[in-house]
Amino acid sequence: MKVRVLAFARVRELLGGESHELQVEDGASVADVWDALADRYTALAPLASSTRIARNGHIVSDSGERVQNGDEIALLPPVGGG
Amino acid sequence: MFRITAQPIDPGAIERSVRTDACGGVVTFAGIVRERSDDGRPVTGLSYEAHAEMAVAEFERIADEARARFGACEIAIVHRTGDLKIGEAAVVVAVASAHRGAAFAACEYAIDELKRRAPIWKKEHYAGGGDSEWKQNACNAPSHHR
Repeated sequence: MKVRVLAFARVRELLGGESHELQVEDGASVADVWDALADRYTALAPLASSTRIARNGHIVSDSGERVQNGDEIALLPPVGGG
Repeated sequence: MFRITAQPIDPGAIERSVRTDACGGVVTFAGIVRERSDDGRPVTGLSYEAHAEMAVAEFERIADEARARFGACEIAIVHRTGDLKIGEAAVVVAVASAHRGAAFAACEYAIDELKRRAPIWKKEHYAGGGDSEWKQNACNAPSHHR
């Protein structure tokens, strides 16, 4: 199945763009999505502790949460608005 | 009015949008791009980006919280995205309430919470060709996903 990864700010620059399609195994969790990205973009790994993840617009508190085909997975680095 | 926009923000228009005949106090906060960074370097401009849908949802939650804490008031929150020059408004929060106390309190609450929680990012650009930097607000919520 496929998810759409949205990346912002520093993470967007590391991934080379805001929106990415990512193929993941059926039954994959949010953590699996992160690990797949961190495998492909090694500079992402050190940002794990500071990057929050939102699934379909809601912050994920348990990275074991399963993703569904077509989900939007947003990678949110520390914010700087205002 | 809760909005992320790539267009220049007119603080007067945002303020007018919250005024009603029941409101005797109106407080407007405008966050403006300034010419120096916190460490004193000359800044040429800022670039903002946002997860617009999540940011607007966060603005609405913050406004609901402000009304629950400080009483009935009209609230507008608008944040700019894209490349901003010195002197342009990056964010405007306008609050109208029956009396000034609630309007001041709700306005301060809303901008403080926006800076802490809204999925918006800022890159600072410096004069003299130094590398641009992503600026992180104090008091960011900690990560829970790992």
